[in-house]
Amino acid sequence: MDKIEVSLTVNGRTRAALVSPRMLLSDFIRHELALPGTHVGCEHGVCGSCNVLVDGKAVRSCLMFAVQTDGAQITTIEGFGDGDLDPIQTAFWEEHGLQCGFCTPGMLASAKELLDHNPDPSDEEIREAISGNLCRCTGYEYIINAIRSAAAKLRAADPAAA
Amino acid sequence: MKPAKFEYSRPDDLPTVLALLADQEDARILAGGQSLVPMMNFRIAQPAALIDINRVPGLDYIRMEGDVIAIGALARHADIQRSPVIQSNIPIMTEAYDWVAHSAVRNRGTLCGNLCHADPASEMPALMQLLEAQMVVASHTGQREVPAADFFTGTYETALEPDEMLTEVRIAKPAAGTGWRFEEVSMRKGDFAWAACAAMLRLEAGQIAMPRVAVAGVGDAPMRLDAVEAILTGQAPSEDLFQTAAQTGADAIDPPETPAASAAYRKDLVRTLLPRVLSTAAERAE
Repeated sequence: MDKIEVSLTVNGRTRAALVSPRMLLSDFIRHELALPGTHVGCEHGVCGSCNVLVDGKAVRSCLMFAVQTDGAQITTIEGFGDGDLDPIQTAFWEEHGLQCGFCTPGMLASAKELLDHNPDPSDEEIREAISGNLCRCTGYEYIINAIRSAAAKLRAADPAAA
Repeated sequence: MKPAKFEYSRPDDLPTVLALLADQEDARILAGGQSLVPMMNFRIAQPAALIDINRVPGLDYIRMEGDVIAIGALARHADIQRSPVIQSNIPIMTEAYDWVAHSAVRNRGTLCGNLCHADPASEMPALMQLLEAQMVVASHTGQREVPAADFFTGTYETALEPDEMLTEVRIAKPAAGTGWRFEEVSMRKGDFAWAACAAMLRLEAGQIAMPRVAVAGVGDAPMRLDAVEAILTGQAPSEDLFQTAAQTGADAIDPPETPAASAAYRKDLVRTLLPRVLSTAAERAE
């Protein structure tokens, strides 16, 4: 089938491209947009490594077609912070929230969606939010510590939101 | 691990969707894609055409229509899970959603798509049987309603014809005073059920009235346990009764054997879960 034109906003920048309908959003992000921070693990919706934010919601980019994102706002890990680490990334760094780092971009997308809606999550809510993200280093406790710490940083930076 | 080629269309109204579904060979509806796309990535599914309904306006409703809750084809799990209409009218559905997939999947996945995928270990098909939901099925020639009991015909199989689409689920609000409970065991929370049990019942003069019991993960399709319901009807709730019901339930199922969960283990789970859901439902009944 012919390629279809899509125009979308990725990390604040308008991007347009011609895509085959069968191109997964994950492949589009990595290979067409040259943003390799989005990791592809299982490619069938189980591991959560490829999670990105589409219109503010965490989604598995391996389970969407790029053609579906025409007009969407997408945030990948490259869109976190502004040339520097953002508070969630800083918390992961400080709390050793990553070992090999493969699951980290997806973890951060899930964490960001949680903290956007819940500035003071309980540990149970944090566990629920990342339950669809697998860390094969099994560093879950540190990741939970990192998200708890990130929540505190964000509350301190914006007391009105807490 | 990449999908095969397919024709893609993205209509902006339902009549066009239904016309395309009738005209195109081997076309599938793309709603949330959380079941279909994994199968396409594995090439277990290789539809010739996908009809993307995500830009059809007005299909994402969750609303009361008299005593019926109507849920549209594009209503997503995350929105149904958080819906005050569902929480206050069908609390067992909110409770069951604790067990459905993970946040990122619920953000995209739709109830109707989940039902059309008809995984026998999925929670919502069993719950629709429990709630005796009506499936509103449309094609280019018209519309029909299919009771949940007739909709799920087997593993990944439904009563849908190739030119038909599930456009709405209609659930009658359970009667006031109905007690309910949904419980599940799976390897990890959010995975498909090794065994899930759901119960609804009322108490009339201290006796169980109109019990409903459904299970998932323990057969070719989600099912009601008629034999269990028959044992419960007209009896006073008691631990002995629920143990008898549990044994009857375990005898009535023929669960699948998988490396992670044997058939015998799944029967054990049903024997354990059934008394739990029944006693909680009885406590909640008024």
